[in-house]
This record gives sequence, C-alpha cells and structure tokens, in this order.
Amino acid sequence: MTDTLIKTIFGRLGLESFPIHEPILLGTFIVVALLGLSIVGAIAYFRLWGYLWREWFTSVDHKKIGIMYVILGIIMLLRGFADALMMRAQQAIAFGGNEGYLPAHHYDQIFTAHGTIMIFFVAIPLVVGLINYVMPLQIGARDVAFPFLNNLSFWLTAAGAALTMLSLFVGEFARTGWLSYAPLAGLDYSPDTGVDYYLWSLQIAGVGTTLSAINMVATIVKMRAPGMTMMKLPVFCWTALCSNVLAIAIFPALTAAFFLLMMDRYVGTNFFTNDRGGAPMMYWNMVWIWGHPEVYVLVLPAFGIYSEITSTFTGKRLFGYSSMVYATVVITILSYLVWLHHFFTMGAGPAVNSFFGIATMVISIPTGAKIFNWLFTMYRGNIRFELPMMWVVAFMLTFVVGGMTGVLLAIPPADFVLHNSLFLVAHFHNVIIGGVVFGLFAAIVYWFPKAFGFKLDPFWGKVAFWGWVIGYWVAWTPIYVVGLMGTARRVRHFDDPSFQPYFVIAAIGALIILVGILGFVMSIVMGFVKREKLRDTTGDPWDGRTLEWSTTSPPPAYNFAFTPVVHDLDAWYDMKARGYERPASGYRPIHMPKNTSAGVIIAGLSFTLGFGMVWYMWWLAALSFIALMIVAVGHTFNFKRDFYIPADEVARTESKRQRLLGMEA
Amino acid sequence: MSTHSLHVASDGNRGHGRRSYWTGCALAVILTVIPFWLVMARPLHDPGWTAAIIFALALVQIVVHVVSFLHLDTQSEEGWTLLAFLFTAVIVILTIGGSVWVMYHLNTNMMPMP
Repeated sequence: MTDTLIKTIFGRLGLESFPIHEPILLGTFIVVALLGLSIVGAIAYFRLWGYLWREWFTSVDHKKIGIMYVILGIIMLLRGFADALMMRAQQAIAFGGNEGYLPAHHYDQIFTAHGTIMIFFVAIPLVVGLINYVMPLQIGARDVAFPFLNNLSFWLTAAGAALTMLSLFVGEFARTGWLSYAPLAGLDYSPDTGVDYYLWSLQIAGVGTTLSAINMVATIVKMRAPGMTMMKLPVFCWTALCSNVLAIAIFPALTAAFFLLMMDRYVGTNFFTNDRGGAPMMYWNMVWIWGHPEVYVLVLPAFGIYSEITSTFTGKRLFGYSSMVYATVVITILSYLVWLHHFFTMGAGPAVNSFFGIATMVISIPTGAKIFNWLFTMYRGNIRFELPMMWVVAFMLTFVVGGMTGVLLAIPPADFVLHNSLFLVAHFHNVIIGGVVFGLFAAIVYWFPKAFGFKLDPFWGKVAFWGWVIGYWVAWTPIYVVGLMGTARRVRHFDDPSFQPYFVIAAIGALIILVGILGFVMSIVMGFVKREKLRDTTGDPWDGRTLEWSTTSPPPAYNFAFTPVVHDLDAWYDMKARGYERPASGYRPIHMPKNTSAGVIIAGLSFTLGFGMVWYMWWLAALSFIALMIVAVGHTFNFKRDFYIPADEVARTESKRQRLLGMEA
Repeated sequence: MSTHSLHVASDGNRGHGRRSYWTGCALAVILTVIPFWLVMARPLHDPGWTAAIIFALALVQIVVHVVSFLHLDTQSEEGWTLLAFLFTAVIVILTIGGSVWVMYHLNTNMMPMP
C-alpha cells in the first residue's frame, strides 16, 4: 500500500537516484551548492532580487533579453568546457593497464552532455543573444516584433538548460551521443532517465528557439527603418535573417523526431526500434535534416559578425556586398541538400551517396567566396589591428583548414574510412571553434562597449585570444592525426600505448584553452574594474558604420528618440559623412511594450512538466500542463501591454547624452 | 510596437471581396468530384493512371485553396508571402522527397529478413 503510494507520488525517483556513491559528482554537487547558495545569499543581502525581477527577468526589452541569453551561454560554456577537460584527462591517461579515472557509465554521460550543451545551450543562446541585441539596433527599430514572445523564448531555453543541469545531480544524463541515436536511445537499451532528460530539455528549449526565430524574421521583414531596403540591410542582419529562416524550417523536423522517440519510450510505439517494423535510420534521417542546416544556423550569423568587423576595422565598405548576400542565400538553400553526408556509410546506393557528396562540395563554393570578400575588403584597407580584427584573422586561418577537411569528408570513399573517427570530431571542432566560437568572441569584444558603456580590458582580451587560438591548434592537431590513423570517437580506453603522446598533447591544448577562457572572464572583470578608464562616451568607440553606433552606449530603453531615415548601406557612416546633427528638441512620447512575468511562469511550469515526465510523476506533469495552459491562455486576456514614455523623460535622457558628448569634446 | 505591426499584417487582405471565395469553392468542388468519379465509376481501367490523375488534381487543389482562400498573390506584403510560400514548398519537397529516396535506398540494400 505505502509502496504504491510512494510510487504514485515520486514515480521512479528514489534515494538511489541521487549519485551519493560517486565521489566526483558529490564533490561537484557540494561546490555548485555552496557557490549557488552564496550567490543567492549575496543577491538577497544587497537586496537585488526585486531589481533583477523587475528590470531583467520580466523585461521584454530586446537588449536585456540579449544580454541574458549571452550570460546563459557563457555559464553553460563553463559547464561544457569542464566536461571537455574531464574527457581530455581521461583519454590522456587511460592506456593499456590504466583504466583512467572515469567509469564507462560516467564517461558516456560526459561526452553526450558536452555535445548537447555546447550546441544547444552555448552556441544557440550566444548566437540568438547577439542577434537579439544587435539586430533591432542595426535596423533602427525600438524592439523586436513580438516583445513578450522574446522573453518567453529566452526562459524556455533557460528551462531546458536547467533541466539538463539538474540531471547531473538527480538521476543521470543520456549516454547515447549528442543526438541520442536510435535504437540505442530506445527503451530497450536505455531504460534509465538519461534519454528522457535529454528529450524533454531539448523539446522545451526547441520551442523557445523556434519562437525566437519567428520573432527575428518578422522583425527584419517588417520593422526596418524607412529607406532601408533589403539591399541596404547590414550584412549581419542578412545573415541573421537567413539563419532564422533556416531555424524555422528545420526545428520542426527535430521536434517531430524527438516526439516519435518519446512515443517509443512512453507509450510503446515502434517508430525507431529494431524489431516490429521500426526504422532506426529514419531517426538519423530526420535528425540530420535538422542537424546539417543547424551548422549554418550557427555559422551564418558568425559570417555576418566577421563582415561587420572587417568593414569597420579596415575603414572600408564591405567588398562585394551583394555577392555576400547572394552567397548567404545560396548557402541557406543548399544546406538542405547535404544532410545524408552524415551517414554515407549506412547503406545507401552510389546514386544517393554521390548526389549528397557533390552537394556537400558545392556548398563550399559560396563559403569560399565569402573568404575572398573579407580578404579583398582588407586589401588596401586602413586596417586597425584591434582585438575584434585579430579574431577575424584567426578565424580565416583556422576555418579554412576546417573547410578543407570538410570537403575531404564529403568524398564518400574517404568518408567510409573516416566515419565516426576522431578525424571527423577534429573537423567539426575545427569549424565550430574556428568559425562560430571565434566569431562569438569577436562579437562580444566588438559590441560589449555598446551594451555596457565600457570596453573590455584589452590585455586580458589578448590573453583570451592567444589562449584560444594556440590552445585550439595544440588540442586538435593531434586529434586530426590519430583520427586519420583510425581512432574511433567516443572511446574511453585505448590499448595501443603509441597513441598516448598525441592525447597528452591534446590535453595540454585543452589546458591552454582553459587559459583562454579564464582570460576572457578576466577581461570582463578587469574591464569592470577599470571601467572609468575604458568608458565610451561617444556611443561610437570603433568608428562604426551601422546604425547601432548612432545611439548612446548603452542605448536608452527606446533605442532611438527619432526613427532614423536610411539613405545608404552603412547608414551611420553615411550620416557621419554628411555631418549629421542630432535633433535636440521636438521629442514625442514613445510607445513601448510593458514588462510581464508570464514568460518566467510559463517556462517554470514547462520545467516542472519536463521533470514530472522524466520521473514518471504523472500528477506533477498533469498539474504543470494544466497550469501552463491556464497561464498561457490567461496571458492573452492581458490587454495592458503597452505604455508611453513621456516626451519630457525622452528629452531628459537625450540631454544627458548631449552632456556626455560635450565631456568628450 | 506589436500592435503597430499587427495592423499592417491585417490590412493586406481587405480588397479581395467575396468573388474569389465563390470561384475557389466552385473549383474545389469540381476538383473533389472528379477523383470520386474516377474511383467510383472507373472510366479508366489502369489504376496507375487513376492514381496519377488524382495526385495531379490534389496539387491543383492546393493551388486553388492557397490562391482563392488564403489570397496568395505576387503583391501582398511586397511579395514576401509568395516568397515564403515557395520556400516552404521547396523545403517540404526536398525533405519528403529526399527522405523517401534515402529510405528506399537503405531498404533495398538491407539484408533480406526471414
């Protein structure tokens, strides 16, 4: 009787679900708990909870949401990188008789969590956050098209991340690889909570990403400043548009694949099982229809970032703007035609393999064209070799190698040798770190003064730069080598001791990257300490060319007191060249959206819904779902969604800015 | 902000009137009756041709619905609506067509099951 009662209340959650017998996890838990408690306590001590709730958590301001996305991404980067260090340490010592320090059960969770977190909760939040912050400013808008939806998207992503993090201490995470391949992820082979944690956190975060993509596309299409035709749109906004169009088109495929896998796991269907007519390969097919375009969802905005930075720091208009736009659009379409190269070896005939092989090679052409555009922009430019520009050059040198190994892997016979080897792993880290991560760091350095009003500390910024660039090459070159010699991925222990030096070098490389990460954190800390010296009073610290630099740093809540009128590509450069004078009077009240707590509540309920489903606590899941529906429908009856910033408040804010500018002169 | 963009979005479809709905309805009925007749009366003896014609009519049916009920044309929203529709169509065709092609290949190359 009590047994069934306990089962009804707690589902399959029991005392044994808490990993008290695993010293590594226990130690991590104690550190995390102490750190978390001290942060919560400190915020309470300084009475900041109310401020955070009113000004940040419930905010619908695209700038604050963008910053919160970036903070989420950086926190998750630290978690994902801790996983990476653990894997590198394990692989450096686990040779011959030495089993290493991680049991297989734990190691498998680590490589799964590393991949899942780095893509879904680091790369996506950072990219979405930057688009959120920069894009409305670049097109001269006051917010995104659907401000509440933006807040909800962020909190859904955060809820997914929280659910993933929770799996560290309650139960376990998936042991099935970062895309949770069927049939291994089916109930027969993975009866534990791991895959359920994986599925629910990604489904919740996926809803957030899709909604955010819809929001961004609507904003770019409908809310550009007058005069900004599509061919006067800054390149970063073009890449953001294409990236989000891609996201809208591909995320349903992933959601559907995950949903079918959930059906397999919860109600006993046989979509992806081995027997009873299940087709595991259909899961791979659907997942990679999402997966390959997803690479471009991440890297296209990074290309936009490089374009903005190259043009700003060479003091020139971007070379071949329209070819850049067309290349972006072509990549958008072509990225749908290459997904099968992820499973060349799975038994398709030569017709299928050669089609997808050639399509994969073709997609490198527009990407190559972009590299030449950046080079020609730099050619005979007046290059200021500051930190963002250094990241761009490092990107070009690193990414080109990744692109070439990608073309190599696109040849089916070569892929038959290299499939699931560490060569492949080195390839995609080469393009993701060299392409996406370098771009994100460049963007953070470049736009940080806009967001906070002071530059990051340049010395520690250079430490971060050299740590990442040198660390990348030291960590991944040996992995390319052992991969080419045939080492498989996701391996915990090696028999052949002659490979050990390579893995030791790779581990040293990971430590150098750690220096880069610490340098990045220090550049924020020291930037804050020296903020008076690094202060940007002009709003235009880099002599920028696009509209975000025409506002103050940080911009006022309404972004622009008067909607700018655009006459040329590089609108702000054009305005500066024509001796633009800021109007000092004639302000009018500004219509703005109001903050709301509905986003936080809905995301919180999604979190408990996911938790209930993972642990089979059906009552909790049902209650959460009902409450979620009530809040979501109830919010549609909230008609007090907007307010006016009065004209005299706008005048006060603007005159403060005028004084700052005077100080500069 | 959002209220502003909502107004713009809902203004697009005002001028169409009722006529397009009646034409659409008539065409839809005709396009539905023909397949029923093809199956029930069997004027064609080859089931392959019957199926092919039904598929073709279904495609025409989609176009009729989209044009006369959803008012898809080249002008609305400065062509964005048409562009988005065509893009979606291309993606859906690629995804479904590609998946069928891939899975067919995998299936024929499998070892025969007992």
